[in-house]
Amino acid sequence: MDEIRKSELKEIARNVRIGIIDAVYSASSGHPGGSLSAADILTYLYFEEMNIDPANPDAPDRDRFVCSKGHISPGLYSVLAHRGYFPVEDLKTFRKSDSYLQGHPDLKKTPGVDMTTGSLGQGVSAACGMALAAKLDGSSRRVWALMGDGESEEGEVWESAMFAAHYKLDNLCYVLDWNGLQIDGPIAEVMNPTPYREKFEAFGWNVIDADAHDFDSIDSAVKAAKACKGRPSIIVAKSTKGKGVSFMENNVSWHGAAPNEEQYNAAIAELKA
Amino acid sequence: MADKIATRQSYGEALAELGNKYENLVVLDADLAAATKTGIFKKAHPDRFFDCGIAENNMMGVAAGLALSGKIPFASSFAMFAAGRSFEQVRNSIGYPHLNVKIGATHGGITVGEDGATHQCCEDFALMRVIPGMTVISPADDVEARQVVEAAINYVGPVYMRFGRMAVPNVSPEGYKFEIGKGCLLKDGADVAIIANGVEVSEALAASEALAAEGIDAAVVNMATIKPLDEELVVRMAKQTGAVVTAEEHSVIGGLGGAVAECLAECCPVPMKRVGVLDTFGRSGPAKELLGLFKLDAKAIAEKAKEVVKLK
Repeated sequence: MDEIRKSELKEIARNVRIGIIDAVYSASSGHPGGSLSAADILTYLYFEEMNIDPANPDAPDRDRFVCSKGHISPGLYSVLAHRGYFPVEDLKTFRKSDSYLQGHPDLKKTPGVDMTTGSLGQGVSAACGMALAAKLDGSSRRVWALMGDGESEEGEVWESAMFAAHYKLDNLCYVLDWNGLQIDGPIAEVMNPTPYREKFEAFGWNVIDADAHDFDSIDSAVKAAKACKGRPSIIVAKSTKGKGVSFMENNVSWHGAAPNEEQYNAAIAELKA
Repeated sequence: MADKIATRQSYGEALAELGNKYENLVVLDADLAAATKTGIFKKAHPDRFFDCGIAENNMMGVAAGLALSGKIPFASSFAMFAAGRSFEQVRNSIGYPHLNVKIGATHGGITVGEDGATHQCCEDFALMRVIPGMTVISPADDVEARQVVEAAINYVGPVYMRFGRMAVPNVSPEGYKFEIGKGCLLKDGADVAIIANGVEVSEALAASEALAAEGIDAAVVNMATIKPLDEELVVRMAKQTGAVVTAEEHSVIGGLGGAVAECLAECCPVPMKRVGVLDTFGRSGPAKELLGLFKLDAKAIAEKAKEVVKLK
């Protein structure tokens, strides 16, 4: 990847992370850990890959993004705001009773949100429907769905995996944010959903490994997904939960907790450093 | 009068026919196309039919994604699985975002018959009615069922439709025009109003005839739309007759009887009785026989009517 572009994306991702911390701190609740782990993937898709127009968020032939791990709404909202769908300042209204930024993504309330999500396992099914519709329309638009590693414990994820392979939805790509932690602890201890590669390959998918915090790696994974014909792709992106804020990294207690003032200041200082 | 026909047959035939008129109509099923009769659509429009396999939850999400891309998806399965198993998918992925998904659920109620309780969904009206913004319809016959399908296509928003397995006679009057949210007064009466839907409408008409022989003038309303309820008609009939009986092939809890009771309690309290499945599960047996066993037949409706008239 071009070095200048890469450094631009890193700068955007840094601001997306600051927006995440701002939103969760302002709301005194929300899910920073998984938002931070997905921040680079979100940045790449929204700023480098997808055919979208913030001025025309409902354009029929736009690419679609489904945030199937809906609890990382701070991450989604932050990238949408920085991409120009709504003012970055509004991230501070997150989860407030008069805000259009609901606790979990709501397509009726927030511009740029392509699917209402929050109940795990459901977003990926909707992504399948969108990809099928694109095929029916003969459109080249693509559908991206971000899912969690814990989310893969939902049976519906595997129903959707069967469906997408059966209907050869090669315009569909899941990105699995593999940060290794879910609310009750490490995924390997709570209910081990791995190995991902073997499982998705057995379901007929093209499986691509990636480093979720390396834009070169994300870039080549996305290109590999788009090049694959005749079957859906999944990018299994190894990530660090809480990435970018050292005291949140790999610490499950930051799955769904907001920082206090001192922690907020420390997080922002680190991200701005 | 035409021969008896199951409303699931009407559903499948209507879909196939309307597929010619509406290019955005797509149909999903979960390995029950032969039973739900969406197979008729599949034969006519194979490029717009998608079997989702035995995976109803994913099917509801796929329907949501199709609706968000300008399609008008009909997602079909048995009522038990469409409304029961997939309740939360319907609630969160279809109801909450108020998507233009049509759920065509067949095999509602105990007239599923021999398959027994696991497949006899008597809870779907209650489950679907409680979802904000969901329209819930249970047509009574072939004429109405066909019109319900087209009305659902022309309405923007989620619709749950229940179709039956058992063949039923036509009850709709000549030139009948179904409208979402409007009940149809099939027979006027002064002493009691029987408000029914689905297979119970023909039973209610038979009950009304039996009651007439005993000097009780019973009105019969086909209340196909459970939500939004035609409250104006419910209140009008309550005021006119002073006594109401509801009849449905559903639990007495939360369905048409529940909806009418809520309406009357707030707007026009009159003596009321509910004919329905009495907080119990179904059982195997021939459909017609089960209607008698579960006290859903004309005789049971007439009994309830006589009871409620005494309370006036």
